[in-house]
Amino acid sequence: MLTRLANPARFMRISAVALPWCAWASCAVIAVGLYLALIAAPPDYQQGEAVRIMYVHVPAAWMALNIYLFVAVASAVALVWRHPLAEIAARSAAPIGAAFTFVCLASGSLWGRPMWGTWWVWDARLTSVLVLFFLYLGYIALVNGFDDPGRGGRVGSILALVGVVNLPIIKFSVDWWNTLHQPASVLRFGKPTIALSMLVPLLVMALGFMLLFAALLLVRMRTELNERKIRALRLNSAASVRPKRRSEHGVPARPAVLR
Amino acid sequence: MSAYFAMGGYAVFVWPAYALTATVLGGLVLYSWQRYRDSIRNLERLQRQVSPR
Amino acid sequence: MTRKQQRLGLLALGMTALGGATALVLTAFSSNLVFFYSPSDLKAQAISADRRVRIGGLVEDGSVKRGADSRVAFRITDGKTDVAVVYHGILPDLFREGQGVVAEGKLEPGGAFDASTILAKHDERYMPREVVDALKKSGHWQEGGASEAAAAPLNAAATPVR
Repeated sequence: MLTRLANPARFMRISAVALPWCAWASCAVIAVGLYLALIAAPPDYQQGEAVRIMYVHVPAAWMALNIYLFVAVASAVALVWRHPLAEIAARSAAPIGAAFTFVCLASGSLWGRPMWGTWWVWDARLTSVLVLFFLYLGYIALVNGFDDPGRGGRVGSILALVGVVNLPIIKFSVDWWNTLHQPASVLRFGKPTIALSMLVPLLVMALGFMLLFAALLLVRMRTELNERKIRALRLNSAASVRPKRRSEHGVPARPAVLR
Repeated sequence: MSAYFAMGGYAVFVWPAYALTATVLGGLVLYSWQRYRDSIRNLERLQRQVSPR
Repeated sequence: MTRKQQRLGLLALGMTALGGATALVLTAFSSNLVFFYSPSDLKAQAISADRRVRIGGLVEDGSVKRGADSRVAFRITDGKTDVAVVYHGILPDLFREGQGVVAEGKLEPGGAFDASTILAKHDERYMPREVVDALKKSGHWQEGGASEAAAAPLNAAATPVR
């Protein structure tokens, strides 16, 4: 199944069908989620209306972690099996993950100010999520920073895999050390400590974000594949049209033609 | 209605949180879509040049 | 062995080494990763008066005394020990008796804690007011946090190394 999808031509065919479904489904689910989060959900017994920030903060945090895991697994597949699509998937997903991490940090700050009394503290949870954000930025910079895209992909993949150690630290930081951030309410052993009327909007928003991720990932992967095809076509035509000039000057015509 | 938008006194925190989320995610969607359109246009142009009908 | 298996083995080895190294580092530094001390820690560790520290616990019921121009005195407890805290400034919205709190400041020679910042901690429970009222009526409500949550942060503070 995976190896069948790993063929770029087949991927283009399947993703062309899946893309509009993911895109419209994410619009619909997020619209329902926003209604539930902003209007239907009750105010919290302690936090009042400020609790509504949770409905973007928590799903964004889940996405930040899961997309990093996705990037890391795709990087491992790219390193070991040298699947071209795996590398493209990792490279396309990272900016989406960085965006969700930024949303998580910024909305958390806006939530922390009225509830905790501070925009930011250097506790284990907040610091490890900031490290996650920098890992994303480092990966994006590495992957785009090399002239040879294959080399950049390989170096970036190694960074992505090294950064995996940060994921359990983020998840369990609130249990291992005492932090200002409270422990998990939904993904915990035992019953969730959140009322159903607040859990449902949270899960709907999370589903909407997941579909948005899927749609964005497909768009970005298709873009990446198109751009690789463009690069290959330009190289080909440059090589066949002007073999003379290349030999005259002793330099390949590649950089000038590429731009 | 204005009581709703006041968010129990937390309006200055709740609305910016949602606005910021919409801006960041919406910006990423627009940027990605723009690049996607460009890539399709460029690819079609190149393919026409390589194999003119 | 094929190249593929070689790479896979190398990857597994690398990840194991990395995981092991991280676990060791975290164990070694875990006492520095603690965001706050509990009142018991504070008593046990004899922290010098000029060092800025953070202490965390619950605001003791009935201990909050508000003075003139936003001065406030209260006690932070972890169930075993408590510390008197004085503070001058604006309190966060979640500050109330029975609620988790983190105070940053210095221990005065007299044994009171002079806080320069007060941060409120909230537990991981999210519920509408009616549900809380119903739970309280039926006697299923635990004050100060969910069943294990009430004890968890405080236990973690008493035994910072894990």
